[in-house]
Amino acid sequence: MASEGDRRAGLEVDEPRRSRILGALGSGGEGARPVAIALLSTIVFLVVVGVVITNSPGWPEVHKTFFSWSEFKSSFPGIARAFLLNCKIFLIAECLILPFALLIAVLRSLPGPVFFPLRALAIAYADFFRGVPTILVISLLAFGAPALQLSGVPSSVVFWGIVSLVLVYSAYVSEVYRAGIESVHPSQEAAARSLGLTRAQTLRKVILPQAVRRVIPPLLNDFIGLQKDTALVGFAGALEAFNQAQIDVAATFNFTPYLAAAVLFVAITIPLARFTDWLIARDRRRRQAEGLHA
Amino acid sequence: MNTTAALEIEGLRKSFGDHVVLNGIDLSVGEHEVTCLIGASGAGKSTLLRCVNLLEPVDAGRIVVGGEEITRRGVDVNRVRRRIGIVFQAFNLFPHMSVLENVTLAPKLALGQGRGEAEEHARALLDRFGLSDKVEAYPDHLSGGQQQRVAIVRALAMQPRLMLLDEVTSALDPELVAEVLEVIAELAAGGMTMVIATHEMGFARDIATRVCFLDAGVILEQGPPEQMFGSPREPRTQQFLQRIVNARRL
Repeated sequence: MASEGDRRAGLEVDEPRRSRILGALGSGGEGARPVAIALLSTIVFLVVVGVVITNSPGWPEVHKTFFSWSEFKSSFPGIARAFLLNCKIFLIAECLILPFALLIAVLRSLPGPVFFPLRALAIAYADFFRGVPTILVISLLAFGAPALQLSGVPSSVVFWGIVSLVLVYSAYVSEVYRAGIESVHPSQEAAARSLGLTRAQTLRKVILPQAVRRVIPPLLNDFIGLQKDTALVGFAGALEAFNQAQIDVAATFNFTPYLAAAVLFVAITIPLARFTDWLIARDRRRRQAEGLHA
Repeated sequence: MNTTAALEIEGLRKSFGDHVVLNGIDLSVGEHEVTCLIGASGAGKSTLLRCVNLLEPVDAGRIVVGGEEITRRGVDVNRVRRRIGIVFQAFNLFPHMSVLENVTLAPKLALGQGRGEAEEHARALLDRFGLSDKVEAYPDHLSGGQQQRVAIVRALAMQPRLMLLDEVTSALDPELVAEVLEVIAELAAGGMTMVIATHEMGFARDIATRVCFLDAGVILEQGPPEQMFGSPREPRTQQFLQRIVNARRL
């Protein structure tokens, strides 16, 4: 069919633009030459930056207090062990945030006057927890909630730290979901409802799958923020990577342990960012491939 | 009016704010009839169809489908819509689902069909309309004509008693219009009751049992296509058709 060829061509024209936006490193079709050029310019850049920094007057002192290899080696294992707690906090919080935030977002997008109280509640929730600094929420809950001495409720700092992160991040993530829900064209809902689907079925099968797919990149962006913010729980006393690094720094008056902690955080967040890109690229590829084979 | 009318509309009114779109529509469509709605954009054709599918709440008037008033209070809109298929100008396929999933979604959820039954039925329909090689494709990879045929199949999969087609060829490239019109002609030949809003006058003349000219929210004139296109009575109808002829669309 003539127009099918046109459409294909249209897709291909679109391709390089999308790839660049998504930052896909291995966007296919690139020859060896562009890769070599990119590699070379990166090396040159790094060498220039390295030379400038290491030749600066304060470098020897900075080198000793921030980049001490021996300090790094001795503090790294302990910080890495403590970092497992960051990962644990992150994973538990994330598993709670995803459904909870979705619930908030769905409540907020309920139509009609009957649902006004639920909508108002969802809005108030999102406004409040986006407005209060995370560290304040953690301080209030981690120090305040255990003081209530409620029976059956854990009093550990980690528990209340996770609760705080879930409360704060759900507010942000619910807004991301909501943007996704609102980006699905009303004609999709009309189509689904016209087929006799209920409002709930339409939401579950038609609106949300499209909405969530669209917001995966900003969603993972929030994940990365969450992984970093697990360090705030250390501020309230949990022995996680940042807190462990602080202890090491206090003991040696050398700041290299902070660097060790930073390396650990980056080791998680950068793969997460790449994973995001990969997910998006895979989804697009799969849909295109199936379309072409059919 | 006979008692077996597939669709009866009496005194239907609909406004959006101050803008009156439908200003008292009366229409009766018998079983197996094909009614074409013609008229300028904004005359109320689409709104009329959306009202019949209960996608728009009506302000006044009654709509009776197969003997049941669907505009009464407390009607189960989901049950009503299962019997009325609608196809939109912009296809509105679900982009995250394959063709097969698009077609089987509603039969599974709204009719409670099992996966096997729904898919068997869907494949038979897709096959009938020349789409059997597109079963696993996603809407993005179909031409406009194919997408619209899938949208028609999706509506048919609910085994509706009445089909509403809302300018289904208006968003298509000219060379893709024919394949969609062929599908509609086949449905008409199979006895499907249809109400079709269209700008394809030649098609309306060939397929319609009756043609209704909408103007400013009322059916100004209706009759068999030979009369409507051959000797329209109303000056507004004559004017409209003359413009169509001048644009070489008839």
